[in-house]
Amino acid sequence: MARAIVNVPATARRGDVIEIRTLIAHPMETGYRVAADGQRVARDLVRRFTCRYNGEVVFAAELFPATAANPYLVFCTVAVDSGTLAFTWEGDRGFAQTETVAIRVT
Amino acid sequence: MSRVAAGARVLALVAATVVLAASPACVQSDARRPGSATMSPQTRAMQRDDAQNPAMLWVADGEALWSRAAGPAGRACADCHGDARASMRGVAARHPAYDEASRRPVDLGQRIAACRQRHQQAGPLAPESHERLALEAYVALQSRGMAVAPPADPRLDAHRERGRALFHQRIGQLDLACAQCHDANAGKRLGGSTIPEAHPTGYPIYRLEWQSAGSLQRRLRGCMGGVRAEVPPYDAPDLVDLALHLASRAAGMIVDAPGVRP
Amino acid sequence: MNDRIDPADRSRRRLLALAAGAGAWLAVRPARAAPDDLAAAIRMYAGGADVRGGGVTLDVPELVDNGNSVPVTVDVDSPMTAADHVAAIAIFNERNPERDVARYTLGPRAGRARVSTRMRLATSQTIVAVARMSDGSYRSHAVDVVVVLAACIEGDV
Repeated sequence: MARAIVNVPATARRGDVIEIRTLIAHPMETGYRVAADGQRVARDLVRRFTCRYNGEVVFAAELFPATAANPYLVFCTVAVDSGTLAFTWEGDRGFAQTETVAIRVT
Repeated sequence: MSRVAAGARVLALVAATVVLAASPACVQSDARRPGSATMSPQTRAMQRDDAQNPAMLWVADGEALWSRAAGPAGRACADCHGDARASMRGVAARHPAYDEASRRPVDLGQRIAACRQRHQQAGPLAPESHERLALEAYVALQSRGMAVAPPADPRLDAHRERGRALFHQRIGQLDLACAQCHDANAGKRLGGSTIPEAHPTGYPIYRLEWQSAGSLQRRLRGCMGGVRAEVPPYDAPDLVDLALHLASRAAGMIVDAPGVRP
Repeated sequence: MNDRIDPADRSRRRLLALAAGAGAWLAVRPARAAPDDLAAAIRMYAGGADVRGGGVTLDVPELVDNGNSVPVTVDVDSPMTAADHVAAIAIFNERNPERDVARYTLGPRAGRARVSTRMRLATSQTIVAVARMSDGSYRSHAVDVVVVLAACIEGDV
């Protein structure tokens, strides 16, 4: 399922600072919540986000329970070459998802 | 300006007002405000911008489900309905609508679930299941920007009237009717929140309180629980009749689904 | 007026308000964190280095609809060159169960030191953004936020 949405400009000029916006479906269960049955709901978080530009890490994030459910993250990078931007989210219970987007730099 | 010209201008204004008054959609849309109108600028921005709107995650899944075969029939929604962007345009704006098979009004989620069982022979899509919300969000998006247009089907009249009666009936330990908050006190504050006018233009919505997408039925049940009333089960006739009444109150307002609400 | 409500009823009301408006998420741990905790978390992040104000803008609404999802943007003044850039940005809070919100790793490849996200706020409190510059210095900006919890009493039904 398409459970992540990534917005990257399809084309950019070399040297331009481009804005990247990402959204991923995840409950970001804090581990502090108690369910109706009185049991604590187990923690289930996205812990780490990484953006690689043609294989090189250009931005990374560590997330904690205070990051809202369905994490939204906006950051910038410099358009250097045509190629691929790869976005990886990793978390508890073996959560791992990668999305890739092509960019053409002129 | 001569007196005659001024008089003519006043007349023209009066005429324009009469024309406006003759078209109920125009007059009402001047006075009525969607739930988004009283939200903070941040929450409004979240709804307005698809890249920020978390409900678009459900839309994306709904789009994928639309063309995925399901059930023994091996058919996808797209096999019958084609491109949803054309075939589903305006469908959400017309729901709840009369369902021939069950001889009852159904809301959009129920319609999708029924279609799935009748034509795809696929398993039921439970209320508030991810799949039902995803398909509902995808279909609702196709009506974005259109006017809410409840069908003028006489078979709906009795249900609409029943929904109107439910809206004005005091319920629960707090002994409150929907109308007491959403008609008589709309725009005022309840604690920290502004009481909305209860126009269901954005469903399914992503509600910050839920940290998830949810249907109008979920919202109605939440309100009923809030006034300590007995809460009908999902897909109960009461909820659909209420939705019919809400749709007629909101007739002519602009669909802004999928909405974001606090 | 208040003294006409008996204390047991008053505490029950308070509990209801907590459980209903805020969700059990914040009811589990009362606000026992003090500003000291926040200062300690920032000190640890900076490794004891001086954290100065200026050059960092933390943009967060001062009054929010719902603490479940509060937009935040951190913008740091920096040329973002190999020699002079922002290496990391962290966001801390005063009164959630944990002080950390998120920690970001940046570099000259970012081009601009600006990050936006959405965070949870258990209650009204101070939020602090801290930037680590490439020369090892730290800058910060703190903002006080008032959280207006949803008033509609809605449980799981």
